[in-house]
Amino acid sequence: MENFEPVIVAFCCHYCAYTAADMAGSQRLTYPANIKIIRVPCSGKVDAIHIIKAFEKGADGVYVAGCLDGDCHFKNGNNRASRRVEYVQKYLDEIGIGGERLEMVKMSAGMGYLFAKIASEMTEKIRKLGPSPVRPLTVQASQPTAS
Amino acid sequence: MITAERKPLEELIEFVRPFKRILLVGCNECVTVCSAGGRKEVGLLASGLKMALLQSGNTIEIREHTLERQCDPEYIDELLPMIDGVDAVMSMACGCGVQEVARRYKNMPVFPAVNTKFMGASERPGVWAERCQGCGNCLLGVTGGICPIARCSKRLMNGPCGGSVTGKCEISQDVDCAWQLIWDRLKELGLEDQYLKIIPAKDWRTAGGGGPRKIIREDLTA
Repeated sequence: MENFEPVIVAFCCHYCAYTAADMAGSQRLTYPANIKIIRVPCSGKVDAIHIIKAFEKGADGVYVAGCLDGDCHFKNGNNRASRRVEYVQKYLDEIGIGGERLEMVKMSAGMGYLFAKIASEMTEKIRKLGPSPVRPLTVQASQPTAS
Repeated sequence: MITAERKPLEELIEFVRPFKRILLVGCNECVTVCSAGGRKEVGLLASGLKMALLQSGNTIEIREHTLERQCDPEYIDELLPMIDGVDAVMSMACGCGVQEVARRYKNMPVFPAVNTKFMGASERPGVWAERCQGCGNCLLGVTGGICPIARCSKRLMNGPCGGSVTGKCEISQDVDCAWQLIWDRLKELGLEDQYLKIIPAKDWRTAGGGGPRKIIREDLTA
């Protein structure tokens, strides 16, 4: 557990968080390499199935990063994403993975520092929670059995 | 449409726990529209079941398929090549679909993944409300297009009752009084006289009181 490095998938809106990640890089701000960024046209595009598949394929944590309230390029995609995240959190509780492994965050394109801060906080939080209860098993299950 | 909601995952896990390989079947009709049992929900449930079972050390293979319609035998035949080798079928369709799959594949255990709720309409995204109870003798022509059977808590033929307060039903502030809606609509249409006509006691045989119902169209029967 001491050496546990979580895999965290971040679905980042093209108009805010993805640019904020870029900004963090330009500002030479460091954030953990555990974050795997997936760029999406809007956080509202992220569906429950994308989040669940991320966990199924071995993610220990997932977050959806959208624009600040009122700033969505598509009017209210960020708010839709928030509600969807809440729904999936409940589903993750049902599955036994735990809804706390999924989060919704909001930021603007200029908030490189916030992107780096959230990436670090999320990594720490998931590190404390430990590996996803399905990760070692999913890896095991996907390996071909010796014949 | 026929509306439905997914059953709690815990209940579904108990259904499939004894099996190694199942076929999870969705339906492209009503349950897709009400986001309960379409292709996307089939994917979500398959992943959820696999991950939940993995935690107790059980692995399960889930084949996923969504039929165009699960209440017609022609479509259910499509499952034939996929059903070979599975131990059980779980259907995400309404009760009609589940029963049709069970009827077609007699030796296969079939489980429902959703609770079928009611015939309803979409009020706004994510909200579905009951609109019809299939009473078999439609009254909408004399009630201003608002159904007192599906929408009045007491199914009154001549309302409102004393429980109607400021347009709301006494059972909840969230429920409109159907008879208030009927009166408002008839007034708007200038059909107040219609309201004064007493609707006689309903013959509930057409609503299922006469046993399971069936429609036979001789001109279409094979």
